[in-house]
Amino acid sequence: MQNQLVYVLLADDNEDDRVDFVEAFESLKIHTSVKTVNNGVELMNFLNEPSSQLPHIIFLDLNMPKKSGLECLIEIRKSERLKRLTVAVYSTSSSEKDIDRTFLNGANIYIKKPENLSLLKQSLLQVLTIDWQYHSSGLNRDNFLFLL
Amino acid sequence: MIYHLIYDMEAICRRVVQDQLKNSGLKFTLLNRSELQIDQQIPEFSFDKLNKIFHGFGVQIAADPEDLIVLKIKDAIRELIEKGENITVDKNSCYLSKALNINYRYLSRVFSALTFTTIENYIILQKIEKAKEIIAADVLTFTEIAWRLNYSSVGHFSMQFKNTTGFTPSRFRRIINQRRNLV
Repeated sequence: MQNQLVYVLLADDNEDDRVDFVEAFESLKIHTSVKTVNNGVELMNFLNEPSSQLPHIIFLDLNMPKKSGLECLIEIRKSERLKRLTVAVYSTSSSEKDIDRTFLNGANIYIKKPENLSLLKQSLLQVLTIDWQYHSSGLNRDNFLFLL
Repeated sequence: MIYHLIYDMEAICRRVVQDQLKNSGLKFTLLNRSELQIDQQIPEFSFDKLNKIFHGFGVQIAADPEDLIVLKIKDAIRELIEKGENITVDKNSCYLSKALNINYRYLSRVFSALTFTTIENYIILQKIEKAKEIIAADVLTFTEIAWRLNYSSVGHFSMQFKNTTGFTPSRFRRIINQRRNLV
């Protein structure tokens, strides 16, 4: 993993949040290449474009206008080409019902959005490390569920 | 009716590697699951080709000696967990350095540098993955799982499961079962 570049795709309609995430990724010891899109429609257009570099992991804001994170997640899991991508969903909601619904629709990781940048960095590092174990250690993806 | 499949990972891995290598026309010997001896010099391009063929099966040829150490550590840990051995921090360090014949401090440094996680955390993650697999198969109680994976109590097991995954074992089981019914 030392020299590996991890491709990250981030979908969030809020510019401040995008800036925070990108800054957090840049500070990690894991090398990432981060692409951002501004909403769910852009996300799906990018993913469905055959020439796009598919990411190792998608970070998906649950609350976006036009096409919500949940709608994107459902489309991703229905697509033969995309369904094995790791999807980490984040939201400010900590209601058990909301969280379980995203897992039922195929999320791998649910992140309760941290309140400050240093907590965000910690969560992102944890997410990338877990995801890496799934890529490199042959773990069963059906059981790939984490709640951070 | 849904049936559960029980895998012999060892046999599957051997079979995949053997089949793919046979197709490549190379002379080889599989020493064990993670060591492959190729009985002839192979040019760079066919090495790449081999890696590409294997890639679709999640198999990688590790050329770097430090990558190899990490793979061996992972294999040794998996074996310990499969056997249901009692794994404690001092026991595992002893076991791993014996199994690989390399001192533990070096092992632990290489492992952390290459995987960005510690051996201790990796063992916990693997144990919890094993627990998830057993929970998903839905045949053992949590107490039996705790016992089988060598936790001192079901409480200790539940706590480590929660700390690692964010779910209590019963919430995890509920989600897995509900998701299965949706498919």
